[in-house]
Amino acid sequence: MTAMTGADHAFRTRRRRRRKAADAFASGAIIAAGVGVIVPLFVILLFLFVKGLPALHLSLFTENPGPTGVAGGGIKNAIAGSILLLVLALAIGLPAAIATGVYLAEYGRGRLGFVIRFLVDVLAGVPSITIGIFVYTAVVLQMGKYTAFAGGIALALIMLPIVARVTEEMLLLVPQMTREASYALGVPKWRTIITIIVPAASSGIMTGIVLASARVAGEAAPLLFTALGNNFFSTGVFRPIDAMPLRIFTYATGPFAYQHDQAWAASFILVMMVLVLSVFARLLLQRRSR
Amino acid sequence: MQLSDSRPRPQILRKPGVLGQYMQLEYVFRAIVTAVALGVFALVIAIIYELAHEAWPAISKFGIGFLWSTEWNPPKERFGALPFIAGTLVTSMLALLFGTVIGVGAALFLVEFAPRWLRVPVSYMVELLAAIPSVVYGLWGVFVLGPWIQKTAGPFIIDYFGWLPFVHGPALGVGIFAAVMILTIMILPTIVAISRDVIAAVPRSQREGILALGATRWEMIRIAVLPYARSGVLGAAILGLARAIGETLAVALVIGNSTKVPDSIFSPAYTMASVIANQFREVENTMHEAALIYIGLLLLLITLLVNAVARLLVWRVTKGQITTVIE
Repeated sequence: MTAMTGADHAFRTRRRRRRKAADAFASGAIIAAGVGVIVPLFVILLFLFVKGLPALHLSLFTENPGPTGVAGGGIKNAIAGSILLLVLALAIGLPAAIATGVYLAEYGRGRLGFVIRFLVDVLAGVPSITIGIFVYTAVVLQMGKYTAFAGGIALALIMLPIVARVTEEMLLLVPQMTREASYALGVPKWRTIITIIVPAASSGIMTGIVLASARVAGEAAPLLFTALGNNFFSTGVFRPIDAMPLRIFTYATGPFAYQHDQAWAASFILVMMVLVLSVFARLLLQRRSR
Repeated sequence: MQLSDSRPRPQILRKPGVLGQYMQLEYVFRAIVTAVALGVFALVIAIIYELAHEAWPAISKFGIGFLWSTEWNPPKERFGALPFIAGTLVTSMLALLFGTVIGVGAALFLVEFAPRWLRVPVSYMVELLAAIPSVVYGLWGVFVLGPWIQKTAGPFIIDYFGWLPFVHGPALGVGIFAAVMILTIMILPTIVAISRDVIAAVPRSQREGILALGATRWEMIRIAVLPYARSGVLGAAILGLARAIGETLAVALVIGNSTKVPDSIFSPAYTMASVIANQFREVENTMHEAALIYIGLLLLLITLLVNAVARLLVWRVTKGQITTVIE
């Protein structure tokens, strides 16, 4: 081994210094990205508190919107509408979603199962506005009017792929031995699925349902051309209905200050609701994994 | 032993007793869930068919030239989708660029840098970002982000980067720039969550090997981690892109509503999804409605393609991960 020359040594020191500098720079950038990624959440929550909380009055929950341009009034109709739409979406979407999940997990091992699994994922990627147009042409045009029912179908279609895939994954987590124990007692497959496997996976499926509910509760795009929105209180399934996200969209583009205040207050309520649902879903999942 | 049809069956299967009923119900149950699952197949076909059917007047009149015509004139019934396609491409590509850089950085932070007590809460907060409804982002964009761009960020960028192409004023607040910022925030959760899982799945031996050779942490990430996670991160980015392309209301509120092809990052514009959201309820004639549905069909086909590519990439990688975990 030859002794290191002076030039060689200087070269190595320079090189090491450059490598260290690159490392420090990249580490700084990565840490900045890690910190920066949570900044938007705090900024948005901050403004929701600053602008939404002062505008939060009891009258929001007890009154309907007044005539346009007259300050006051509330969003009672939108809150009731959002709840009704969610109930409709769950009633229409859940049976289909869970049946699809059961098919994928229990019978969908072949080529057809692969195709359907792929299409469920494709459906999950269809923009919500496109779902809105589809329901407009397939339901609203056929019935000749905008209805809460059409809005419920649109939300159900958004919910379907989410719940179906969660159901599939949760059913697959149930140990094979559980199934075999049931078969060994002479219970046929369909009864094993209904009475053993689905109940065993129920808290995981519930998590998926809660997350999907939180997601569709904030959707306005598919409701624009289906549920349409309504300035009056309505619980009619076959009439146009209001929803919180629709009300926020309308008020955000409106010219009056009271509309903007109510949009912030409604956003505050909506986001709190969605965050509570998300945290609740996470707790459900944690209880299961323990 | 196999039972063929000619042989006498065991008594218990022929007897229309309890077990026989159960066996029949098995077929019924299976038929029901299969039928529902096939319904998903029918649904995807029905969506494409319905949109194509309702858009047909516009498709037959404007044909493929719809894609590169820039005229959007509802009263004269002349329609072209280029301004909206351009708006969608520009906003979603820029959001993808920023979202991928920040998102992969954040994922690296979570996996390689963050201590355990920090990892879970930060991951969770990023997931909460995904739970905030689109319209709330839009509201925030209109009343907070827009004025900030108009007064602070816009003039600053124009002063210092005005020599770049496509960077000139006036910064109105609403426009491409605001849409890109909102979309970047909205696709971050998707990119961070998937890249984090993919990067965490890179085997420890891969990292330890190169560290033992004297590599710095950044060299380890650049040489051993990122190449290994490459196709998964690509899948994550493409899923983010799909979300950006289809995003509607947040963009509709901040994009500035212009049917001209944008020529600056501060120009007001329209994306395919936002023009539908803003104009579909107030169509001026049936051709206007058909043209908007035609845009909806194009949007659907683009997102289907982008999603299909992303799913296949992510599927391939996650399958790969399972085998490496078993090894």
